[in-house]
Amino acid sequence: MKFDTVIIGGGLAGLVCGIRLQKAGKKCAIVSAGQSAMHFSSGTFDLLGRLPDGTGVNAPLEALKNLPENHPYSLLGEDTVRKYTEEIPAFLEECGIRVSGDASANTWRITPTGERKSSWLTLGDFTALKSKDEKIGSKALIVNILGYLDFNTKFLADSFEKQGTECRIVAIKLDEMERLRKNPSEMRATNIARVMDRDGVWEKAAEQVKSMIKDEDVVVLPAVFGLKDYTVVDRMREAIGIRTVFVATMPPSVPGIRSQMSLTAEFERAGGRFLKGDAVVDAEFDENGHVKSVGTQNFGNIRLYADNFVLASGSFFSKGLIATPDKIFEPVFGVDLSYPEGRDQWFDRNFWNRQNYISYGAKVSKFLHASIEGKPIANLYAIGSLLAGSNTLYEGCGGGIALITALAAADSILEK
Amino acid sequence: MGLTGKDNEFDVIIVGGGITGAGTARDCALRGLKVLLVERHDLATGATGRNHGLLHSGARYAVTDRESAEECIKENMILRKIARHCVEETEGLFITLPEDDLAYQAKFVESCLAAGINAEIIDPKEALKMEPSANPDIIGAVKVPDGAVDPFRLTSANIIDAKLHGAKVLVYSEVTSLIKEGDTVQGVEVFNHITKQKERYYAPVTVNAGGIWGQHIAELAGVKINMFPAKGALLIFGHRVNNVVLNRCRKPANADILVPGDTICLIGTTSSRIPFEECDNMYVTPDEVDVLLQEGEKLAPSLASTRILRAYAGVRPLVATDDDPSGRNISRGIVLLDHETRDGVKGFVSITGGKLMTYRLMAEWAADLVCKKLSVQQSCITMHTPLPGSEKENIDEISQKTWTKPGTTHKATVGRHGARALNIGLNDEYDASLVCECEEVSVGEVRYAINELDVHNLVDLRRRTRVGMGTCQGELCACRAAGMLADAHKCTERAKTDLQNFVNERWKGMYPVCWGDTLRESEYSQWIYSGVCGLEGSETGKTE
Repeated sequence: MKFDTVIIGGGLAGLVCGIRLQKAGKKCAIVSAGQSAMHFSSGTFDLLGRLPDGTGVNAPLEALKNLPENHPYSLLGEDTVRKYTEEIPAFLEECGIRVSGDASANTWRITPTGERKSSWLTLGDFTALKSKDEKIGSKALIVNILGYLDFNTKFLADSFEKQGTECRIVAIKLDEMERLRKNPSEMRATNIARVMDRDGVWEKAAEQVKSMIKDEDVVVLPAVFGLKDYTVVDRMREAIGIRTVFVATMPPSVPGIRSQMSLTAEFERAGGRFLKGDAVVDAEFDENGHVKSVGTQNFGNIRLYADNFVLASGSFFSKGLIATPDKIFEPVFGVDLSYPEGRDQWFDRNFWNRQNYISYGAKVSKFLHASIEGKPIANLYAIGSLLAGSNTLYEGCGGGIALITALAAADSILEK
Repeated sequence: MGLTGKDNEFDVIIVGGGITGAGTARDCALRGLKVLLVERHDLATGATGRNHGLLHSGARYAVTDRESAEECIKENMILRKIARHCVEETEGLFITLPEDDLAYQAKFVESCLAAGINAEIIDPKEALKMEPSANPDIIGAVKVPDGAVDPFRLTSANIIDAKLHGAKVLVYSEVTSLIKEGDTVQGVEVFNHITKQKERYYAPVTVNAGGIWGQHIAELAGVKINMFPAKGALLIFGHRVNNVVLNRCRKPANADILVPGDTICLIGTTSSRIPFEECDNMYVTPDEVDVLLQEGEKLAPSLASTRILRAYAGVRPLVATDDDPSGRNISRGIVLLDHETRDGVKGFVSITGGKLMTYRLMAEWAADLVCKKLSVQQSCITMHTPLPGSEKENIDEISQKTWTKPGTTHKATVGRHGARALNIGLNDEYDASLVCECEEVSVGEVRYAINELDVHNLVDLRRRTRVGMGTCQGELCACRAAGMLADAHKCTERAKTDLQNFVNERWKGMYPVCWGDTLRESEYSQWIYSGVCGLEGSETGKTE
């Protein structure tokens, strides 16, 4: 099979890159092994929340100049990053993903345990707070679904109360949920959302919530509505009638899965081939050292040929990187990585300290070309969380790196 | 006894909530004594919870230590009866590899038989049928009555019975000094880490069952016990590779025992002397991990491709015999010290040395001495009195009673609590909801543990129920259980700190083996807790 570009990895980076290329008329295939990090989304995309030295960042664009030179943002340059941050909200809206926020100033999201964390773009379900200690209201009604354990009402109430919001915790009970409960492991976000999305069910939920409101001015609900689109989210808000704040749950993430499905649908609508549940197993190079084709598990002898290849296979969790007791490698092409020898340097003994292994990954040029044995490969790009140079968790920049490097790689291919 | 009605006066105070202390508390309570047990952390946090969980047949010691071997086989047979819900009767194999000396086998079997251990040489082919995961190159095999025992359950059952017989159990209560009048120990002063109060308790006899930490307790009484901390590291694999305990048929050495337990299996151990100061803060080194893997693969080659869940280490409380304070002559047997005759300190007894297998016998000896000191004429009945949970029915019968709809969850629950599972609410679907999918721990079981089993935090809960012990190492269940604890204890702040501690405690066992799937799982945990939840470490986020 022949494509213009083959993308390895169907997460945020791979899909965004594929959509850009496909919409520009390039024939693309995405090989996707399965779920991606979007399945446990926080409900926001971050751009930069903290510098490597620990300084908090309020204005991400202004802070770019303080990043080290091997940081993916530094490789692309401030102007390029700025240009993409302006373009991305509209890009996502076009894919059916509602976002708010701009790159000049971070906003704050409420996490499932009630912390406040800085973010750049907030999904339409959620509430972006202007400051870290903004009150969500004077009196909050925190509503759970009876028996749902992944929405920690106590932790949330505790954090709201610290900001001076009075809280009352209640639970709604719906007959339609009882069937789920028969199976002890079924009371999870996606299953609840599937039931809630049915006509007649969400109305009952909204009615129950409404009947429980006394003098509260804000309702807090778990984000378990709208697996397919925003319809039920909007209708719930409308039916409840007062300010309704949805808070992200522990995984799986309903808004995250919806966003992933929107991107996949957009890619396929544009004519892209999304090869789901498949994995790239090997690569073939031509005499110039360029990638010629890749083989996949499902296609066996039928190889995927392309002019360009994009590696968006993620980090360890997604098996974009593999660690053994004595080394780390990238399993498809064996691209050059940046990491120290000796596994005792990979981690800190305190879980809550910065973990170095998260910053390990592919070394790339400023055009995001990966290299093998020190030689850059002109038709092989690496993007997203596979990249070295940034501790995405510590710095709060994983979403931005995925989105921006995806567009940058696509544009680099298009300019050829 | 219990002549005094005062709340802070007892017949006997036992210091230490490991299996020895728990067993001694039970034995004394069964003999009618008014018992107090104090433990500075949670139950089973020291060596009790940090070993193989091997129900020794005694075969391992048959050649080198006949006395220990005899004790083991006797206790082995007793535990199968009195603690059946804590024991799994797996059988064991001692295999000879091409690199081992087959001549050792004859001597081994002869020594086993002499110690009363039913050791039987079987054909290597038959051994491989019995345990297909064993190294196919074996040249010899001996079948012995080894098994697996869950030390957490065993401790918990002893504590439950002690309490049923009137004992008072104080966890998170650290002995800060012994109350002495002249040359007599009259009680203990403890600092209660939960209430932050100092409390004083009195009894005519105090038993030091502090394991390796017993050296410090003895010092408080002004007596010297020469302890030699020996660290042993182990690895837990993500699933049960073997169903039969695998041992190497050679002189005991590093990493030569592979024990199945619940859903996992364990390889161990290494053995190294460590400074006393390190007992409270041990970590497993890369070298230890490498040795365990290298030797483990020889027992069962599939370990090479099996995910490692955790690495951990415990300290054997080895004691130098009194006639040789240099420590060259270490006893692995039970050491019972009457400090009145040994040091002239009255009302103070130390029970130490020994091993998990012989805890009941240690308790019997200690309780005998306590009774002698109190002039109580009651003999030990623990050798034929079943522990709570093991009274009558077998597991299948109990699980039929606990719930009308048989399922794996309540089987798992009954497996953990035996007949006590009848006290666990599993009757509606809400109670049956799973908190921990890996280990099938339900809302009802978590609630039972919080209410009935002295659970103060998530780590305690893990020891009582296996929440967070499965392949995901507590990724989502920890947060769910934290919510339930916040509810039960009415303190959210504490529950959140607790969650941070729990996640860190799990990490402590993961970083020594942090590659492959273990690293993947860790990265996911990082994304969830540091990323999605935005939890940050605090000073309180450190491990226990």
